[in-house]
Amino acid sequence: MISQPFKSIGIGATFSPNLKANLYEASRLSLFFNCRLVLIHVGDKTTEKVEGFNEILQPFHEKGLNYELVFQPGDPVEVILSVCDSKQIELLILGALKKESFYKYYVGSIARRITRKAKCSVLLLINPSVERIQCKHIVVSGLDDAKTTKAIETSFYIGQQLNAEQLTIVEEITEQEIAIKVDDDKSLRMANLAKERIRIRETSRVKKIIDKIDGEIRSNIRVNSQPIFGPRGYSIGHYAQVARADLLVLPAQSKLSFWDRLFPHDVEHILTELPTDVLILQ
Amino acid sequence: MSSKSEKTQGFLKHLPRNIFSGFVVSLIALPLGLGLAMASEAPPIAGIITAVVGGIVVSLLGGSYVTITGPGNGLVGVLLVAITVLGLESAYAAIICSGALLVALGFLRMGKLSDFFPSSAIQGMLAAIGLIILGKQFHIMLGNRIQRETSIDYILEIPSTIKALFSLTDPGLIYAAAIGILSLIIMVVYPKLRNKYLQLIPAPMWIVILSVGFSYYFEIVLGQPNPIHPDYLISGIPDPAELLTQLPVPDFGQVSTLAFWSSVLALTLIASIESLLSIKAIDKLDPEKRRSNTNRDLKALGLATVGSGFLGGLNVVTVIARSSVNVNQGGSNRSSNFFHAIFLTLFILLFSTQLARIPLPALMAILVFTGYKLASPDIVKHIFSIGKEQLLIFFVTLIMTLKIGLIVGILSGVVTTMFIHMIINKGVGLFFRNILKPNVLMYRETSGEGIYYVSVKHFCSFMNYNKLKSKLEAINEDQDVVIDFSFCQFVDHTVMENLNNYQDLFAKRGGHFEVIGLDMHGADSEHPFALRRLLPMPNLLSNFTRRQSALQELAADFDLAYNPDRIKEVGFLGGFHFFRTKPINYIFNQLVNEEMGSDVFDIEFSEGAFIAKEVIRTTMMHIKLETEIPTFTLDREGLLERLYSLAGFRDIPIDEHPDFSKRFYLMGDDEESIHQLFDTDLIHFFESNPYFHVESDGRALIVFGKERLGSLKEIKALLDFGHRLKQVIQNNAKVP
Repeated sequence: MISQPFKSIGIGATFSPNLKANLYEASRLSLFFNCRLVLIHVGDKTTEKVEGFNEILQPFHEKGLNYELVFQPGDPVEVILSVCDSKQIELLILGALKKESFYKYYVGSIARRITRKAKCSVLLLINPSVERIQCKHIVVSGLDDAKTTKAIETSFYIGQQLNAEQLTIVEEITEQEIAIKVDDDKSLRMANLAKERIRIRETSRVKKIIDKIDGEIRSNIRVNSQPIFGPRGYSIGHYAQVARADLLVLPAQSKLSFWDRLFPHDVEHILTELPTDVLILQ
Repeated sequence: MSSKSEKTQGFLKHLPRNIFSGFVVSLIALPLGLGLAMASEAPPIAGIITAVVGGIVVSLLGGSYVTITGPGNGLVGVLLVAITVLGLESAYAAIICSGALLVALGFLRMGKLSDFFPSSAIQGMLAAIGLIILGKQFHIMLGNRIQRETSIDYILEIPSTIKALFSLTDPGLIYAAAIGILSLIIMVVYPKLRNKYLQLIPAPMWIVILSVGFSYYFEIVLGQPNPIHPDYLISGIPDPAELLTQLPVPDFGQVSTLAFWSSVLALTLIASIESLLSIKAIDKLDPEKRRSNTNRDLKALGLATVGSGFLGGLNVVTVIARSSVNVNQGGSNRSSNFFHAIFLTLFILLFSTQLARIPLPALMAILVFTGYKLASPDIVKHIFSIGKEQLLIFFVTLIMTLKIGLIVGILSGVVTTMFIHMIINKGVGLFFRNILKPNVLMYRETSGEGIYYVSVKHFCSFMNYNKLKSKLEAINEDQDVVIDFSFCQFVDHTVMENLNNYQDLFAKRGGHFEVIGLDMHGADSEHPFALRRLLPMPNLLSNFTRRQSALQELAADFDLAYNPDRIKEVGFLGGFHFFRTKPINYIFNQLVNEEMGSDVFDIEFSEGAFIAKEVIRTTMMHIKLETEIPTFTLDREGLLERLYSLAGFRDIPIDEHPDFSKRFYLMGDDEESIHQLFDTDLIHFFESNPYFHVESDGRALIVFGKERLGSLKEIKALLDFGHRLKQVIQNNAKVP
């Protein structure tokens, strides 16, 4: 049982219009999770900048926020990654960019490179806000994976801390697993039977994981399980969008090879089009 | 074991019908086979060989149920080119190769091939084929045999042939032309005659019988030779005995040439498209509602084509006109296709001398009529009603097919369609960014009745329709499906048409298929199949979506007034707690029931503000009450609990009904009067009915289910629930 999944939160800070909103979100989370906040600024240290950051963080400092400012010039990706290592940051917060005209968000090239290389968990925020917006619905991946149990546990913990109302565990099942191609009525019947079997198997697997989790952090949260037959990594993102989730939690992929980037799958699908805030857990 | 014998029994029971149906179909297939083969410049018997081989092989190995196979209209154009360019023997080799390719397509599971072409382009191609057939055969029908370079030349010369008709002097030609015109009249008039006995024999067979009878009349009764010019009689019908000894030898000498392979490619493409379209169309007619295995059918058609090519036949395809006759005559399984082949063989064996008496103009009249059907002005009118851009696609494909060839024609149709889509969407980004990404999510809702929910993102057009289709194919047609396009910026005509087909199919097989989320999309025409694009700033609805038309019908059915327009004055909803933090943008698709004081509407409201804003659309019912009741909110336990507890509300326990208290969350200011209102009747009502969120502002109620637009079925359920709820509440409120 993990009582506190994160002890330190890192955030890259630049003086952009979103700065205040980003810092507010990070500070709130640090208070919720009761951890240290590390502000990483890529650039030289000046008194002006220090004052600027301190001024924004003042209200949280009063509430007991423990924070630290780190200034280091250099390549943004390398600086942020190296600071994450040296300061033992466990959760890195990154802002996403919004596409004009339509409400679509994507991860910029720097944030994407950091996401791929980071050894800590990464939280991608699509719409940071100064006012707190309640997180009501968390969607978490229930893939049959070594990291899943931890991801679900952490999601419950986060849900508890943020007062979320609902947690949906999505089990993505690729079409290949059904192993029956639908050609006519007979094969359709077979395929549906196979799907039903997989559905039951997946639901009971997820149920077992949930049952192992401490009842206390599960209380007050409605739990749903939704098996989806579709491309892995894509379906959960689309589902989070349809279900209007406020946070999508995914376990990080073990390895990203050259081929993974050439044929985007799993996390890459979500990075090209963020459906909501996304937390990638290491 | 028993199921097997049951199957055999069923098969035997339906056998007589299938034999009869096969017989009727063979009556059409005989003249049509002869004609189509001659139109392709192949020996007439080739058409019959095609039908016989196709009927036997596909009925034994195929994967569809009520289709008939044989020589197809669509292939006439390609075969004509292949035979004139390559010569007959090499053309047989090309046919064999295309058969092998078809088998390969079947193994590659390309039964979805026809989905990759825009439907207007396919229509244009079919119309061009119709014109090729019509243009060439029209002259022979009127006794004027001409040789021209291109199909367009043939069409352009139709007026001069008509003119020449009046200056015919040779009596043989006059008789020929007269028979042609008479046959055409029979083809046109026959469908309009509703005589039971006349309809027993199909029109093409009437033409054959009458014209053969005509020649016998002259010979036997008048003792004169057949007056029709010998050039205009069918020739080259071999004796049954000669048939086997005179097998053609396919010449594979040209396999290294480009012309050979372009013919093979064209044959394969057109044969597969024609077959797949026919199978799709015939599946809709199947009285037993089976779904065909198109991949298996492709393999069988390919194999049949290989066999047919070796025996001196043409490409075997699934043909729509003969298949629909088969369904109408009661054909219920593949045996009718088999018997159609057997009867054709019998005709050739028994009547080969009589067949030589069929005048060519009579056969050609049948083809002219078929060609006209493919290219009739009705089709143009229909396409125009869908949209001007579809007409452009149609004509580009049509003209390019006539001018250059089928492959170039269909490709130019595809390119034109893509081009138009890019212009409509003002850019190529939408397509290039998203073409390779998955865009369809389908899942079965775990709550309620297990509705299949399908959501489509980005764009949905012929280019990626197969992704949507493969999801939809995995759903049994007796299920409920809701398909949501709210996240989709652009939906094209091909997809709209296919969805409409699904709607029909699901309706026929007891399911429900509803399209939602298109009400915000703009369209240029009023046709339900028109392409639709999400407008950034939606203006007045110019076109009813299918859902809106259905709502209109529902309104008429339930005596409601329907108003599709957006209404921004929504003050009457302001008193409800639910909307206290949710600004309402507008309501639309309003269904008003004056008598009950209730209305159902789609509503768009937002949660959060500025960048955190989320726009939600849902379907809601508003019911005015005659008496005052306390304000309350009733929800499923837990859903809104926390939100409202922040506002100082708490769950009001109903002690006498612990189960109700457990399942529902009831909140309100005035606990005492709420207790009074929620008596046993009302609680039983809530417990025994499906779940809805219910709120009262003192004088009215709002009722809604899910936070998305409701399907028609859900709206009906909502109406019913709301009205019964009103009655129960009114009864309760009256008592004190």
